[in-house]
Amino acid sequence: MRSFTYERAADPVTAARAVAQRQGAKFIAGGTNLLDLMKIEIETPTHLVDVQDLGFDRIEATEDGGLRIGALVTNTDLAADKRVRRDYAVLTRAIVAGASGQLRNKATTAGNLLQRTRCPYFYDPSMPCNKRRPGSGCGAIGGYSRQLAVIGGSDKCIATNPSDMAVAMRLLDAKVETIDPQGATRTIPIADFHRLPGDTPHIETALEPGELITAVTLPKPIGGRHVYEKVRDRASYAFAIVSVAAVIAKDGSGRIAAGGLAHKPWRVEAADTALPQGAKAAATALLAGAQPTPDNAFKLPLVERTIAAALDTARSA
Amino acid sequence: MTRRGVLTAGAAGAVAGGVPVSTSAERREMATMPVRFEVNGKRRELALDPRTTLLDALREHLHLTGTKKGCDHGQCGACTVLVNGVRINSCLSLVVQHQDDKVTTIEGLGTPEKLHPMQAAFVRHDGYQCGYCTPGQICSAVAVLDEIKRGVPSHVQADVTKTARPTNVELRERMSGNICRCGAYSNIAEAMAEVAGAKA
Ligand SMILES: Cc1cc2nc3c(=O)[nH]c(=O)nc-3n(C[C@H](O)[C@H](O)[C@H](O)COP(=O)(O)OP(=O)(O)OC[C@H]3O[C@@H](n4cnc5c(N)ncnc54)[C@H](O)[C@@H]3O)c2cc1C
Ligand code: SF4
Ligand code: FES
Ligand code: FES
Repeated sequence: MRSFTYERAADPVTAARAVAQRQGAKFIAGGTNLLDLMKIEIETPTHLVDVQDLGFDRIEATEDGGLRIGALVTNTDLAADKRVRRDYAVLTRAIVAGASGQLRNKATTAGNLLQRTRCPYFYDPSMPCNKRRPGSGCGAIGGYSRQLAVIGGSDKCIATNPSDMAVAMRLLDAKVETIDPQGATRTIPIADFHRLPGDTPHIETALEPGELITAVTLPKPIGGRHVYEKVRDRASYAFAIVSVAAVIAKDGSGRIAAGGLAHKPWRVEAADTALPQGAKAAATALLAGAQPTPDNAFKLPLVERTIAAALDTARSA
Repeated sequence: MTRRGVLTAGAAGAVAGGVPVSTSAERREMATMPVRFEVNGKRRELALDPRTTLLDALREHLHLTGTKKGCDHGQCGACTVLVNGVRINSCLSLVVQHQDDKVTTIEGLGTPEKLHPMQAAFVRHDGYQCGYCTPGQICSAVAVLDEIKRGVPSHVQADVTKTARPTNVELRERMSGNICRCGAYSNIAEAMAEVAGAKA
């Protein structure tokens, strides 16, 4: 690990300034992704600003009947919140499908949204990777790409976003609230928060340098059956190959979002519209324009089956 | 060089493969930071390089070597300890993040004379073979029963609005963050079930 200096910020604007003013400074929340990457020197911050004292550790009701989740609420506390379990069960289900009990106790809402890809070439400093070293090329394209993106990729990067929680957040139309070093706040719809790789795969989100996430809000509950189906190489403690988050009403209408497919949680309006016609129609709409590699073409039929499984679960729940 | 020294050097070499490793000169010029926290009920004060993980602080500086380093990357659970009563992977946490926290390691759960009920149950049920993963398994197991009691939901629950019961499937899912190379899983689940039953 490269050496760095460390401070604990006392208020959000000080924290944002501390990161904006110093080349190579970064926020640290739980640290479960950042430290992992620092140990292999893929992340090499010169200064860490610990945000744990900022008080964003509560879940509160909003005026419009939704919830405001503090950026520092742990994944465990979010999944266990009574209101979330009752009204946004897909979020609870997505979170508990990810990582392990120990990790979820430490991982935070903001940190989870910002966790970096699990592309094996990103993790291997001896391989080219445009995300890790812009301009060095992409080891995964033409390489071993079983886990990687089937849609929304570019000729620079086909990485996937590994978060389970983010898929449920996308499904629920969450919004990300931030504060910048000048103290200005803004709200970013989750659909615009994660970016597609394009020509700049190293720029992963809409956040500006030093911009601090303060909360994630959920609109008022939408009812229906809440389902999260995750397909992975072992039954627990593994990242998704494909995952499907769904909220399905009694009449078969509803919405779906998918993980494991793209650089961001994948949601397409036409797929929601097609849902009442069944899994095949929904998968076709969701995957329009997909460009899988020979290694990961299996994900396309798997998406349809995972949607079918989600619809089955919703019907029997 | 001590045996541990050789082992550490070997491990560092294995990880190095192409990765620039910070030199000891670089390490020396780093300022240390004070950390005050409580470990197994005792106040502790250390001055450490901010890179020090909670795991390394416990093992290398406080010489509490019960907590083990398996992967150092959050993937095995051997380093599991309780912080303010909650289990975490001590390898993925900087000790400076734990100012004023209360840390409990396997040494703080029980002693050879007075075992924690979970330790006793592991012995009774042969919940280990080589024992390397065991301190992490036991810390995790104690925390799992508490999480169930507190209503923390899990992936295998049919209805997440309910409080789970400590069934075999529940215990196994909740313990999936603790890998056992010797495969003592079924005996670990039995030890936990016994403690859960005794409590209920
Ligand atoms: C072995 C293992 C298995 C895992 N399995 C899964 C899985 O199956 N599914 C899954 O979804 N996840 C999985 N994870 C990832 C885990 O969910 C993330 O590591 C965790 O959510 C990150 O949260 P954190 O608070 O620790 O983030 P940190 O590591 O503290 O931070 C991550 C990033 O967010 C930035 N950041 C943190 N807080 C803020 C803020 N408030 N504002 C702006 N920037 C901020 C940091 O600068 C950093 O860049 C796994 C991790 C491990 C180690
Ligand atoms: S897919 Fe993206 S993250 Fe993976 S090697 Fe290519 S550029 Fe890097
Ligand atoms: S040593 Fe911490 S999880 Fe393996
Ligand atoms: S007892 Fe040997 S690794 Fe678990």
